[in-house]
Amino acid sequence: MTTKIVLTSEDIRRTLGRMSHEIIEHNRDLANLVMVGMRTRGVPIAHRLAENIKRYEGTAIPVGVLDFSLYRDDLASRNIQPVVKSTSIPVSIDGKVVILVDDVLYTGRSARSAMDALIDMGRPSSIKLAVMIDRGHRELPIRADYVGKNIPSSRNEDVRVQLIETDGVDEVSIYNPGGAQGE
Amino acid sequence: MSNMEKERSELLTEESEQINWTKKHLLDIDDFSKAEFDLVLKTASAMKEILSRPIKKVPALRGKTIATLFYEPSTRTRGSFELAAKNLSADVINLTPASSSIVKGESLIDTLHTLQAMGVNAVVIRHSMAGAPYLAAKHARASIINAGDGWHAHPTQALLDMYTVYEQKKRLKDLKVVILGDSRHSRVARSNILGFTGVGAKVTLCGPLTLLPPSINYKYHPYPGIEIEPDIQKALNGADVVMVLRLQKERQHSGLMPDIREYKNHYQLNRQRFALAKPDAMLMHPGPVNENVEIEPELIRCPASVIDRQVANGIAVRMALLYLVIGGKNDEI
Repeated sequence: MTTKIVLTSEDIRRTLGRMSHEIIEHNRDLANLVMVGMRTRGVPIAHRLAENIKRYEGTAIPVGVLDFSLYRDDLASRNIQPVVKSTSIPVSIDGKVVILVDDVLYTGRSARSAMDALIDMGRPSSIKLAVMIDRGHRELPIRADYVGKNIPSSRNEDVRVQLIETDGVDEVSIYNPGGAQGE
Repeated sequence: MSNMEKERSELLTEESEQINWTKKHLLDIDDFSKAEFDLVLKTASAMKEILSRPIKKVPALRGKTIATLFYEPSTRTRGSFELAAKNLSADVINLTPASSSIVKGESLIDTLHTLQAMGVNAVVIRHSMAGAPYLAAKHARASIINAGDGWHAHPTQALLDMYTVYEQKKRLKDLKVVILGDSRHSRVARSNILGFTGVGAKVTLCGPLTLLPPSINYKYHPYPGIEIEPDIQKALNGADVVMVLRLQKERQHSGLMPDIREYKNHYQLNRQRFALAKPDAMLMHPGPVNENVEIEPELIRCPASVIDRQVANGIAVRMALLYLVIGGKNDEI
């Protein structure tokens, strides 16, 4: 298995810092923002972005958690369904600018599911998408508004995001599982 | 770490994104592992959140069809299965077989074949004969869900009762659950005994000894975690949960109890007796309630009563079960 580290913990810190500044720059009315992290790793990223914004501007932005598994478009074709976890968004999203946060943007299907889920919960004035990694290969007309890093990848590679909150370490790596057979 | 523990810890980590569910049918909970109970309870709490939304609908079961086939009357179970299916965007057909074609096994199987020809993915069955859903499962390509069969089992009721307790107490292990009343003729009691003891709670059965399950002897019985206490005061002492069963009026002439008045004197749950339970004890009843028979009317809507919440939670738990049983690919249909 060949593994290449593409972001170290220091890189991740800087990247999220820059994304936070971009969000501040593009959204004058910070009080109208809601961060919604997509399970699993979008959630800690959403919290970190909100913490950064609090530190830079002093505005506390509510952070919600979204589980979109019931909205997946491949549910009926999977032999094993995903585990459904709780969604919890602490404020009404009506009229708010929702920043949807995920770790990796790939086919765009998760983002599509998440947007459907959000719209069932209210009518945000707009939804924006923030992702730490954009690895390409979109299958739907979806693009991110805030991108941490573009990582050109091939479809048979895996991009692996690890975060302290979920994995004990901050690191983004890219590896080719095709080489795993030797292990 | 044993296999089951390992399975369980994998389930509880955020990492595992795929469910570990292999049951095609839901006939009873006697073969549920702790991990399976856990998965149902956790999925139910995710479903409960959907019920709090203004639009209580998610597309998870779009394109799937669920039939309810009730050979016995029901308000709660049938209504909540129908709502659960609709909240998940499934289509529902409700069948009430003509009273003439009940009982015979053959007609049940014929009905199933008809439903399958219509492309039904799951059939929710209630039948007065114990074992009817098993017979159905043997012949069905669709998933069979037992919504109560004779005196045998009512698995979805037990799971919703467990969820209701879990939601409030945040745990089930080591809780003292008192099941009060006629557990002999109660599928709700039987399933709750299996469910609560299956997750490590202690179940106390209280009632006239003639109304205890025949397989459970007062002096000796082989079931761990079950205690028999015919004295209601001792039984209720220190209870975390008091589950009152409906006393079916026809039992009055069964010879198993003298009469309703005598029963009330000894076993009706009233305020004085309920006060013996823990101060934060929950009061449950599977419904429908016989007011002033098994329970004093004032207690039905007292602050400790979660009877209405049991009904609401029934929808969430049945959503979870429908999702687990038919949420994925049903390639045989």
